[in-house]
Amino acid sequence: MKTLIRYLPLLILAVAWEAASRLQLVSSLALPPLSDVIVAWWDLLKSGELLTNGAASLWRASAGLFLAIVIGATLGIFMAWWRPVNVVLSPLVEALYPMPKSALIPVTVIWLGFGDGSKILLILLGCMLPVTIGAYNGARGCDQALVWSARSMGASRMRMLWDVVVPSATPELLNGIRTALALSFILLVSSELIVAREGLGYLIGTLGANGTYDAMYAVVLTVAFIGFAADRIYQVIQDRMLRWQQ
Amino acid sequence: MATVTQSVSPRQDSGPSAGRKFLHGLGWFLAHTGSIIALAIAWEWLARSGLVTPFQLPTLSSVLERIWTNAMTGDLFINTAVTLYRAIAGFLIAAVVGVLLGMAMSRIAFVRWFFDPIVSVGFPMPKVAFLPVIILWLGVYDASKITMIVVDAAFPVITATIVGLRGVDQYLLWSARNMGASNRELLWQIALPAALPQIMTGLQVALPIALILAVFTEMVMGGYGLGGAMMQASRFADSRGVFAGILEIAVVGYVLVKAMAILRRRLLIWHQEAMAPSTV
Repeated sequence: MKTLIRYLPLLILAVAWEAASRLQLVSSLALPPLSDVIVAWWDLLKSGELLTNGAASLWRASAGLFLAIVIGATLGIFMAWWRPVNVVLSPLVEALYPMPKSALIPVTVIWLGFGDGSKILLILLGCMLPVTIGAYNGARGCDQALVWSARSMGASRMRMLWDVVVPSATPELLNGIRTALALSFILLVSSELIVAREGLGYLIGTLGANGTYDAMYAVVLTVAFIGFAADRIYQVIQDRMLRWQQ
Repeated sequence: MATVTQSVSPRQDSGPSAGRKFLHGLGWFLAHTGSIIALAIAWEWLARSGLVTPFQLPTLSSVLERIWTNAMTGDLFINTAVTLYRAIAGFLIAAVVGVLLGMAMSRIAFVRWFFDPIVSVGFPMPKVAFLPVIILWLGVYDASKITMIVVDAAFPVITATIVGLRGVDQYLLWSARNMGASNRELLWQIALPAALPQIMTGLQVALPIALILAVFTEMVMGGYGLGGAMMQASRFADSRGVFAGILEIAVVGYVLVKAMAILRRRLLIWHQEAMAPSTV
């Protein structure tokens, strides 16, 4: 009941959408009724188009994100752990961070073509820096007293890295990964909208170009929902992983 | 709790001699630009080595030459101005809408009830997916580009405003009310200034988003602007033009983000965070 009241506004919006379109308040071309969109979504699902394109998109996003997390976290922790790495890399990070990564779409296409490779590279390049910065800030904020006591108890440098620095960097690192997760969907859809032969972004583009707007809306809502759901699932995992902090 | 802060202050109290100061400054400069210069040299070398074709990676010098040509013909300035106009117009609208909506949501129960689920569902969505829908509604000109920017950039401002206003010290509000401040004075003179650091953080998140979307919407829809020019070059397989576009966009992004950080320090000069050493 509580959740019903909480999410009632979304239901109101959905009803308003259906009504506005059915009553011809807006052109049904620009806004097909929600019920038509749901029917179109079901058809796309049955024909398998949604699944094949969705699988292509999810594979790209997860591969790119995985690489970004591994490389970014390693880089960030080493930047905080070892001074020379920091001196060399931090100006690069600072210079490249504000750069809009979607501008790299044409370049990744020049390098790796229209397929999976260019999208994975784009997501890797775009998502790496938030992870790096999160890991760096987390590891840098590591309580120095902990490091000292670990050292006085005879921990080796590697052990200290694993048992003290990495755990204390986790909260900030997880926040960085959350930013990266959101970015990965944005970059994925962006690149697929511009150049692709498959994927959800490509599907949106072709359906829009064919004028089958109810199906286009169906895919747009699907992408939006996947992005939203991924963030919520991640939040639950993040809370689980940080339970020891309490 | 002792935390490690690696802030090397360029100004030291025990005044070293001018020569040592110069050496210190030079080392600082080299440390901060060295890796960028090294990257530039590596690019030039790789492009000349014959390991990659000039299409895959044109030499840095030829790309810089192209940027110079763009600047001389005036294209660079027109395109930068167009992109900045869209990004900043969208950013400002998003800032005003976001702060007002955030204020309304934290003060009026009905507004909060209505917008809370919309914001919490809308924030984590990849909103670029809605771009084709916005094109369908508003066409391919400025209106749809700026709308897309507003839709995307408003969310961080809304949430930052709500979080900021929620965190305002209750004692401040009580003592102000005790001294006879009206509701309006309470909001404008106590609550908003106290929430300003948070709001500024939201704006600092929103500004790069605005630039990203300005460039991206141009890449999809074409027209003038840095993104449009780069996509045009890409269609004609003019990779020099593509790389020139990337460098131009990178510099614009860097300058915008830096300017915002400076603005923050100016606006929050009264706040204790201004005394703390800056990170990044």
